[in-house]
Amino acid sequence: MTTQSTLYDRLGGSLAIRPVTEAFYRKVLADDLLASYFDDVDMDRQIAKQAAFLTVALGGPNNYSGRDLRVAHSSLGELKDEHFDKVVAHLAQTLREFGVGDEDIAAVGAVAESVRNDVLNR
Amino acid sequence: MLLTFEGRDYELRPGESVLEGMARHGVGLPSACRAGSCQACLVRAVRGDPGPDAHRGLKETWRECGYFLACVARPASDLTVAQPGSDVFTPATLSALHWLVPGVLRVRLRPERPIGFRGGQHLTLSRGDGVTRSYSVANLPAEAERVGLEFHVRVYPGGAMSEWLARARPGARLRIGAPAGECFYTPGNPGRTLLLAGTGTGIGPLMAIAKDALARHHAGPIVLIHGAARPAGLYLGTRCPDLETGCPPGSQQAITTAKVSWQTCVLSDGADIEEVVNREYAALGDRTRTAKAYLCGGSGSVTRMRRALFMAGMSLADIHADQFTAAAS
Repeated sequence: MTTQSTLYDRLGGSLAIRPVTEAFYRKVLADDLLASYFDDVDMDRQIAKQAAFLTVALGGPNNYSGRDLRVAHSSLGELKDEHFDKVVAHLAQTLREFGVGDEDIAAVGAVAESVRNDVLNR
Repeated sequence: MLLTFEGRDYELRPGESVLEGMARHGVGLPSACRAGSCQACLVRAVRGDPGPDAHRGLKETWRECGYFLACVARPASDLTVAQPGSDVFTPATLSALHWLVPGVLRVRLRPERPIGFRGGQHLTLSRGDGVTRSYSVANLPAEAERVGLEFHVRVYPGGAMSEWLARARPGARLRIGAPAGECFYTPGNPGRTLLLAGTGTGIGPLMAIAKDALARHHAGPIVLIHGAARPAGLYLGTRCPDLETGCPPGSQQAITTAKVSWQTCVLSDGADIEEVVNREYAALGDRTRTAKAYLCGGSGSVTRMRRALFMAGMSLADIHADQFTAAAS
């Protein structure tokens, strides 16, 4: 069997990450349940962090430490599963709009799922 | 090949990235994704070529300043690298002071040697006692050689630099730092629409950007929006000021086909500048695809305008923003 290309490669590698990240972030900011958490967040830094995470989640080079995921979300106090689920749903919808198939979206969802407890600080 | 950083040389192996090479020598640069996506490892090339992959995904303004991504830069020859924003100084003399309106001072400075900067960038001004503040330049290098570097300075009660400037006399000495900021015009698509919106003295650098665009033969529409808390704060008036003075004397560039529009809004009337910006952006229709936005002024209004344009569909790569922040006392 030949080496299978990653979703990261098929989307266009690092150049595709930023448009996908921006589209995803736009959906998150448009969501009333989530928007207020980003009021005082620097957009450039936030997008950089999300781009770094997406690079890994889409199967790109894995250099993301992710060790500050728990720290980064711990000050947000009342984060619940519903917040996390909505963010994952926005990510899935974003990928769908970029032409990504269900199987790949499920794989990305699984990576996101693996950090659920870090994000929700439990 | 050799990599020079903060005065020291480091040997770089062929095929090694700048980030990897520095790490091997024990110098840790900031980084996160190490794959050219997150831009955490942004550094500046002072001399040399960081290689073809080093700039991928970066705004043109950053490329022109020499910025590149250390994690994907694989130079083929010697390279001198600096942290973003490292400085050098040029002595200068205060040449003229003029109140544009109460509270806004036009300051002109003569540097001892010409300073190469781009319209819209900012420079630091330092006094002999070390007090240093950053101000955006409101004119262009060619104009600055004739009349001096021009700054529009909001004078704050108790402002360490601004109140000193308000009482200073021509002849006073200052030092000027290296130009910084990525809020400036880039050629490449002369037909695109430029949306320039600013509050308060943010209109100063925006004027410089508009003049620079015209001097570089920009042909697309230029939309200028000036917002102020009070009518008196609209210190350039409610009609479009002369932008042609940005051209070098005797040049044939003064005739332009660019359509320039000028709008003002008084923010205390319940109007928010981001609403005006949003309306103008929506009115661009298909032209939004290639438009660039330049936003200058107080950090609150710049943040709101930037977020509004982003939510309306504009990529952050097409939004150049310069937020003015008051110095911590």
